[in-house]
Amino acid sequence: MTGRVASLYAVMTALIVGVGLLQGWVVALSILQLCLISAIMALGANMQWGYAGLFNAGIMGFAALGGVAVVLVSMPPVPGALGAGGWNLGLSALAIVLTLAAALFARERVAGYWRAPVMLAVIAIGYFVMRTFLDPASAAIEAIDPAAAGYLGGLGLPVVISWAVGGLFAAGAAYIVGKVSLGLRSDYLAIATLGIAEIILAVLKNENWLTRGVKNVTGLPRPIPDERTLQAAPWVQDLAVRFGSDVQTAAAIVARLAYSALFAIVLVAIFWLAERALRSPWGRMMRAIRDNRDAAEAMGKNVTRRHLQIFVLGSAVVGIAGAMLVTLDGQFTPSSYNPLRYTFLIWVMVIVGGSGNNWGSVLGGFLIWYVWVMAEPFGSWAMATATTGMTPGSFWQQKLLAAAPHIRLLLMGLILLTVLRFAPQGLIPERTARR
Amino acid sequence: MDVLNALVLFLNFVMIPATAYGAQLALGALGVTLIYAVLRFSNFAHGDMMAFGTMLVVLVTWGLQSLGVSLGPLPTALLALPIGILGTIVLALVTDASVYRFYRSKRSEPVIFVIASVGVMFVYNALTRFVIGTDDQRFEDGARFVVKVGDFRKWSGLDEGLAIRTSQLITVVVMILTVAFVFWFLQKTRTGKAMRAYSDNEDLALLSGISPERVVRITWILAAALAVIAGTLYGLDKSFRPFTYFQLLLPIFAAAIVGGIGHPLGAVAGGFVVAYSEVMVTYAYKGVLTYLLPEAWRPEGLVQMLGTDYKFAVSFIILVVVLLIRPTGIFRGRTI
Amino acid sequence: MTFLTADAMTGGYGAADILHACTLAVDRGEIAVIVGPNGAGKSTAMKAVFGMLPLRAGHVSLDGTNITTLSPQERVRAGMGFVPQVRNVFVSMSVEENLEMGAFIRDDDFHDTMEQVFSLFPILRQKRRQPAGELSGGQRQQVAVGRALMTKPSLLMLDEPTAGVSPIVMDELFDKILEVAATGIAILMVEQNARQALAIADRGYVLVQGRNRFTDTGEALLADPEVRRTFLGG
Repeated sequence: MTGRVASLYAVMTALIVGVGLLQGWVVALSILQLCLISAIMALGANMQWGYAGLFNAGIMGFAALGGVAVVLVSMPPVPGALGAGGWNLGLSALAIVLTLAAALFARERVAGYWRAPVMLAVIAIGYFVMRTFLDPASAAIEAIDPAAAGYLGGLGLPVVISWAVGGLFAAGAAYIVGKVSLGLRSDYLAIATLGIAEIILAVLKNENWLTRGVKNVTGLPRPIPDERTLQAAPWVQDLAVRFGSDVQTAAAIVARLAYSALFAIVLVAIFWLAERALRSPWGRMMRAIRDNRDAAEAMGKNVTRRHLQIFVLGSAVVGIAGAMLVTLDGQFTPSSYNPLRYTFLIWVMVIVGGSGNNWGSVLGGFLIWYVWVMAEPFGSWAMATATTGMTPGSFWQQKLLAAAPHIRLLLMGLILLTVLRFAPQGLIPERTARR
Repeated sequence: MDVLNALVLFLNFVMIPATAYGAQLALGALGVTLIYAVLRFSNFAHGDMMAFGTMLVVLVTWGLQSLGVSLGPLPTALLALPIGILGTIVLALVTDASVYRFYRSKRSEPVIFVIASVGVMFVYNALTRFVIGTDDQRFEDGARFVVKVGDFRKWSGLDEGLAIRTSQLITVVVMILTVAFVFWFLQKTRTGKAMRAYSDNEDLALLSGISPERVVRITWILAAALAVIAGTLYGLDKSFRPFTYFQLLLPIFAAAIVGGIGHPLGAVAGGFVVAYSEVMVTYAYKGVLTYLLPEAWRPEGLVQMLGTDYKFAVSFIILVVVLLIRPTGIFRGRTI
Repeated sequence: MTFLTADAMTGGYGAADILHACTLAVDRGEIAVIVGPNGAGKSTAMKAVFGMLPLRAGHVSLDGTNITTLSPQERVRAGMGFVPQVRNVFVSMSVEENLEMGAFIRDDDFHDTMEQVFSLFPILRQKRRQPAGELSGGQRQQVAVGRALMTKPSLLMLDEPTAGVSPIVMDELFDKILEVAATGIAILMVEQNARQALAIADRGYVLVQGRNRFTDTGEALLADPEVRRTFLGG
C-alpha cells in the first residue's frame, strides 16, 4: 500500500470519526455500515468496469435480486401456501423448463430463416402454458391471510445464507443478460442492463405471491440479536455503565458494531479474492483484453466468454451486497429501489475511487456514500442560511427550502463530471503493470 | 354489428393511444439516434433533457394561463413550446461545450461519453427537481376531446364509444410535421447533408471542409428541440412527472435500436413498433373477444398477455429479440 | 520553381522520423508518381504534403506560397484536392450528394463543375441517384476522384487510386487521370502498380525508407536497369 492510499484512507477514517465526535457514534456507525455495503457494490461494479470495461446500467436490479433472496431464504414459510399453490407452481416451473428445452431444441434443429420465428412461437406458447398454471397458483397463495402473508414465505434458514443465495440469483440474471448483449457494441450492454433492472423491479413489485409486492416484507430475521434483546442483556448494561451512556445508546452501538463487523468480514473476503484474481494469470488476461481487445482476440482468447465470466462475477458481488442491505434494513421494500441511488450512485463511487483499482473502489464506496448522506443536512443548512434574510413563508424561501434535498443529485453529477474530466484515473489510479 | 363494436373497442383502447404514444417515442428516438449518428454515443441524459424542456414549457404555460392568454380549443402549451425549445437548446449547447467537447477533442471511447452523460443526467435531474419538484403536474387546457364517446355512440348507433382526445390528435399532427421537417432538413439542405456526411465518414467530411463543431451544434439543436417536443406531447397526453421521463429512456432506446441506431427513419418506425407492441401486449382482450366469439367460447379471464405494470418488459423483450436476430435493426443502422 | 514544391520534408508521428529530407515536386498539367517498396513512406510523404503529418524540417509551397503551417482544411481552400486510399466516399449518400459534399466549401454555383465531372465520368451521371456504397470498386474510385475535383483544385493528390481494382478498370482510371491532368491540374499520386503508373508519369519518385532514392521522368525510370532490377522485378 502506497503512502497516497494510506493517507486517503486516513482522511476517510477521520471523516467518519469526526461524525462520531460531533453527531454521536450511533450516527457514525450507521454511516459506516452503509459505507461497507456501498464499498462491496462498488467492488462488484469495478470488476465489470475496471477489469473488463463493461458498463452495467442495471446494478439496481442485481441488488434487488439479492434483496429478494433474503426474503426467500430467511423468512419462515407461510403455512398452507405451498399446499394451496404448490402443485400449480411446480407445473408452471416445469412449463418454463420445457419451453426453454423446446426453444433450444428448435434452435438446434431449425436452420436459416425460420429459426427465429419458430423459437419465438415456442416461447410464446410456453408462456401461455406457464400462465395457465401460474395464475391460479398466485391467486390461491395471495388469498392466504393477505393482510399478514399472502405469499409463499421463505425457507426459514439463517439469514446469512441468503447473502450467498443473493449472489447466485444476481449471477443467474447476469448470465442471461450477458449472453444476449455481450459481444455486441458496448452501449447495448448498458441499455440491456438498464432494461433488465426495470423488469426485475417490475416482477418484484407485482408478483405478490413471491414478494408481497408493494405490501413489503417486514420483520426479516436478523443475524444478530435485535436492539431490544441487547438492552436487556446484562453485559450491555455493564458497558453502558462503564462508558456512562444510557442503555439504548449502548445497545444501538453494539448492534451497529456487530453489523459493521459482519459486513467488514464479507468486504475483506471479497476484496482478498478480487485482488488475488486480479494478480492471477486470469486477471492479467482480463486486463490484456480490456487494453487491447483485438490483440487478445488474435491470440485466440474468446473475449466474449471472458466478458461473460466477469460480468456474472461482478453482478454476483452486487447481489451479495444487495442482500446485506436488505438484511440491515430488516425489511424488503421493492418500491424503494431507484436507479439514481442504486445504479448511478455506484458508478460515481467507481469512477471517483479509481476504475480498475480495488483499493480505489472501496474508498470511492466509502467517500461517496459519506458525501451522499452528508449532502442532505448540508443542503438544508445551506438553504436555511441562504434564506435567513427572506420573509418566512415567501415564495422564494419556500422554493429554496424545498430544493434542499435535491442538492445531492447536483453534487453527484458535478463530482462525476469533474473527476471524469480532470482526474479520469480517480483518487487511487490503477497501478500499471511492473515490467 | 358485434364485429364493428369489437373494432371500435380495439381502436379506442389500443390503436389510438398506441399511435399517440408511438409518435412520442418516435420523436424521442429520433433525437437519440441523431446524437448517436453524429456523436456516436447513447445519451443517457436524453430522458432528463426531455424532462427539463417539458418543465420549461409547463412553467411558461402556467405564466401564459395566469396572463389569460389561450389558444382557444388548443392547449396553451403549444404557444409555450418554442420558448421551452430555446431554453433546452441553450442547455444542450452549454452542456456540449462544457462536457462533451473535451472528450471529442481527446477522441475518447464511446463508453466514456456514456458515463459523462450519466453525470449530465444527474445534473439535469437536479435542475428539474429544484425548479418544479418531483410531483405530477398537469398543464393541459383547451378542449379535451375532438371526438367524444357520447357523440360517437349517437352518430354510429354502436354500443361501444370512441374518443379522440385533442392531445392525441395534436401529438400525431405535430409528430408528422416535425418528422417531415427533420427529413427535409437532412435530405435537402446543405447543413443537413453535411450532418449525414459527417455521420457517414468523419475523416472525409473533414477533408471536404465540413466543420465538425458546427455539425455537432446543429445536432444538439435538433436533438434538444425533438426532446422538448416529445416531452411536451407526452406530458399533454398523460402528465408531467420527472421520473417518468427517466423511465421513458428504455422504450426510446429500444425504439432506436429496433429501427437501427443512427438511422433516422428507423427511429421513427421503431417508435411505433415499440408503442404498438407495448399497448397490444398489455391490453386485456376480454371485451373484444366477447363481441367476436360465440357465447360458449367467451373468455372468463381478462385475456391479457402481460399486466400493464410490465410494459417496460415489452420494450426489453423487443430489444432482446432484435439483438438476437438482427443486431443492426430493421434499417441496418451502424453496428460499430 | 515548380507549382508544388515539397522540399526536404523530415518528420513522423512519434519520436522516430519516417521521412528523411524527402523532396517532391510537380507542375500544372503534369503527373508525378511516387513508387517504392512497402513501408517506404509513400503514403506518409503524401500526407506530409497535405498537412496531415507534423514536419520537423522542410517546407511545402504551392504556387509560390509557403503553406507549410496550414491545416489540411486550409490546404483544401488553397487549391489542394486529396483522395484517400480507403473510405474515400460517403457510402450512404448518393453520387450526386457525394459531389455536393466535395463542393461544400464553395459558396458559388458549382453545377458547371459537376457537369465537368459527369462528362469526365459519364457512368456517374447515370448513377447519380444511387448510394455510392452500392457502386463497384472502380465506380467508387471515380466518385472519390470526382468529389475531390469539385473544389476545382489546382493540385490533385491520389493515394493508390487503383488499389483493389481489376487491370481493365485500372487502365481506364489511368486514362481518366491523364484527362484530368490535361485540363491543367497538377497530379501527385502514390501507386503500387509501379510500371503502369510510371508509364503515364512526367515525374517519378522512387522512395526507400523515407528517402528519395531515384528521381527522374517516368520514362527514364522505366528504362533505368537498376530501377527495373530492384523495384520493378526485372
